[in-house]
Amino acid sequence: MYTLYYIAGIAVLISFFTDRERTIKGLKIGWKKFSKILGTYLKLLIILSIILLISDQFIINYLGGQAPFIGMIMGLIIGSITMMPGFIAYPLAGILVSRGVDYMVVAAFITTLMLVGVATYPVEKEYFGIKATIWRNIAGFVISAMIAVATGVLYGEVLV
Amino acid sequence: MAKKKNSNKLNYIIFSIFIAFIVGSYFLNFDLGERIGSNFMIFARDMVSILPPAFVLIGLFDVWVSRESIENNFGHTSGFKKYIYAILLAATTVGGTFVAFPVANTLYHKGANYSSIFTYVTAASLVMIPMSIMEASILGVKFTAIRIGVSLPLVIISSIILGNFFSKINYKIPKAE
Repeated sequence: MYTLYYIAGIAVLISFFTDRERTIKGLKIGWKKFSKILGTYLKLLIILSIILLISDQFIINYLGGQAPFIGMIMGLIIGSITMMPGFIAYPLAGILVSRGVDYMVVAAFITTLMLVGVATYPVEKEYFGIKATIWRNIAGFVISAMIAVATGVLYGEVLV
Repeated sequence: MAKKKNSNKLNYIIFSIFIAFIVGSYFLNFDLGERIGSNFMIFARDMVSILPPAFVLIGLFDVWVSRESIENNFGHTSGFKKYIYAILLAATTVGGTFVAFPVANTLYHKGANYSSIFTYVTAASLVMIPMSIMEASILGVKFTAIRIGVSLPLVIISSIILGNFFSKINYKIPKAE
């Protein structure tokens, strides 16, 4: 869990022994960037904690028992809006598959979960600007839909 | 700049109220608040273990890596190999998009072009190695192989299209400093 602390610690030590002043300058830059964005990350934490209230049961109910294409579209939408860490998302995807939900639907859900971040908008817009954020997410949505269809075809769930 | 400061201040105030609400919920056994609180812990733990060291590394990166080397590898002068580098960097970025956003911003201001940072950020959410291993173990190797195999070409193509579009309209990415 604290791997990145060790990596950063070692990097700082090496950097410090190579060039003390440059290291201090780098740490100052890092701190400046961090303190500037911290408030936005805190806001994001609040949004994510509330979004995660959408329960597993809700997702299982909505994605299960749908016609494949309807399920896929639901998967794309739910995946875009929600955001959850991998250790929650993948077991949930495993449950969906074991309940007989199509891989195409699971792919739609999992891929938009990763690629489309409606919830992470506040952070992304600070780093990319509003326009780039919106276009990047639209592209992510389209890519996710293509991946879902490809998965459906390759698993033999939809006929071409 | 002053506006930025104020919105940060507002975020801190909102966050303090939120924390007070969570703590209050635990005292009063308010179920909804407790559930939000336990969700909060999941994400907060993630961010605490990732963000501070990530920004230390970003700061060091900023002073040690020269502009020329970024331009040569991720800029206009670099050909197709910039996409390969962007994907490799993405696969090894710890912490996913939370870290990839500030890294991409830093790369851009050091001379990386749009298409490479778009490839980088998009790939960072798609092909992180630890996540992909977890996915393959639960959903099967075939699923992960299809997802990654189909997505990478699409990621590169869409990044090129978006990159061209943004250079054409002369878009400027905000400087996060």
